[in-house]
Amino acid sequence: MNRYDFVYLFDAKDANPNGDPDAGNLPRVDPETNHGLVTDVCLKRKIRNYVGLKGGYEPPLDIYFTDGAVLNNKHKKAWESIGEEPSNNLPKDVAKARALQQFMCRNYYDIRTFGAVMGTEVNCGQVRGPVQISFARSVEPVVAVEHAITRSSVTNERDLEKERTMGRKFTVPYGLYRAHGFVNPFLAKQTGFGEDDLALLWEALENAFQFDQSAARPAGSMAARKLLVFEHDSELGNAPSHRLFEAVRVKRRSGVDVTREFGDFEVEVDRAVIPGGVNLHERL
Amino acid sequence: MDNAVKLEVWGDYASFNRPEMKVERVSYEVMTPSAARGILEAIYWKPQMRWIVDAIHVLRPIRFTSLRRNEITAKISTQLVERAMKGGAGDLGIDVGNPRIRAQRAAIILRDVRYGIEAHVEVLEPERTAENENGNSLAKHLEMFRRRASRGQCFHHPYLGTREFPAEWALVESFGACPEELRGERDLGLMLHDVLFEPDPKGKVVESHRGTRCSATPRFFLARMRDGVISLPPLAGSPGGTS
Repeated sequence: MNRYDFVYLFDAKDANPNGDPDAGNLPRVDPETNHGLVTDVCLKRKIRNYVGLKGGYEPPLDIYFTDGAVLNNKHKKAWESIGEEPSNNLPKDVAKARALQQFMCRNYYDIRTFGAVMGTEVNCGQVRGPVQISFARSVEPVVAVEHAITRSSVTNERDLEKERTMGRKFTVPYGLYRAHGFVNPFLAKQTGFGEDDLALLWEALENAFQFDQSAARPAGSMAARKLLVFEHDSELGNAPSHRLFEAVRVKRRSGVDVTREFGDFEVEVDRAVIPGGVNLHERL
Repeated sequence: MDNAVKLEVWGDYASFNRPEMKVERVSYEVMTPSAARGILEAIYWKPQMRWIVDAIHVLRPIRFTSLRRNEITAKISTQLVERAMKGGAGDLGIDVGNPRIRAQRAAIILRDVRYGIEAHVEVLEPERTAENENGNSLAKHLEMFRRRASRGQCFHHPYLGTREFPAEWALVESFGACPEELRGERDLGLMLHDVLFEPDPKGKVVESHRGTRCSATPRFFLARMRDGVISLPPLAGSPGGTS
């Protein structure tokens, strides 16, 4: 596998893409510029959920950090595929720790992809995954709109005579977000992250919001818009990431006063500045 | 120093966590030498050499911002994994929705950072063989680093403290001027210099290269910034430094 850098664009319309627990679940913003933010861990959660759904939470596409109840994971398949007892005959603790890490990498997509901290009793150190994702930041400043909502039923009987409960929710009328990511071939080798896993990563990013609907993010309110994958033709890579990212310019279309949909933006890729040895795949 | 390299690194955010405030992370005001070494090693490193960071130049005003995220407090239990490996089935996975192992943690992080790292290479255990007459030469390591750094190549993408804050970098001849507000002298207090890893059969850290056990000892230094530049003393207790 070679090195990859990617630019991921997604948008939110009348949705709260990522609430800030520090600000009463308001959409996250950079307080100095009012650009909207979506954390790396929020995006990784979507990828985990997609892969988990698709793989049925079974090895080798099981998900370690699950949403909801702990699944009773069956490892019989994985165990049979090993065919031998990997750790029992190895004398040193270190080797045993390695075997444990390998076992986890083999069975869990998210450990193979993003890594994990392992080790409470025997210290196995940590598994570093090949995929690194930065914060997503909106192309333009966003505004958070507060909506007061009412509930027509009450929780307790004694409240029956009171006025109806009022709640509030927040949305971003529109925000186009841009995130950057990297796939590291050296760490991929260490965790066994293969070509199939990579294909699944792109698929998960393309479909990240398809199975993530909720009251805060209704169906269709969030969508992956562009996934531009720069494939280097060597392991070490053929260009600095920032130069590739700078080749992708996203700006408001001229004549548009207020942006409310993806069509209000223009995505330009300056192919002239992409050096030889780097192939751009426009997946979305 | 003729074996010195100058690397400029920058990014939107950075978090060089203070070890004394770990639950709710608070970043140091500037990059630690340990983080700078990590960036250099992300681009190029071989077990026959080591990076010594000589100075850190702060090229942007120091600005903080805060960030709160849902995090988990649990780690993967090796005992459970062992049981699953032996028995063929097991209860693995961490329930991220369980409030007992879920914590909302704030982090005070740096924003819009740019640093200059001045460092040099020290060669360990020079090895010369018939096939490789240059052996483990200083020039080889420096040349490979320079080539990778100038082409934007790296072993793994460097980051500014934690992996969600990727660093961009450029090999430069000299650094730009420090911002006006950092002129003069400023005491940054006691800062982490680096963590010293010493071979120790009972150590808690498994060194990834040789797979041997090490004990980890953090070393601190009194950081003073003069006109945006923090000059670093040798790492106390390391073979090349003072104790």
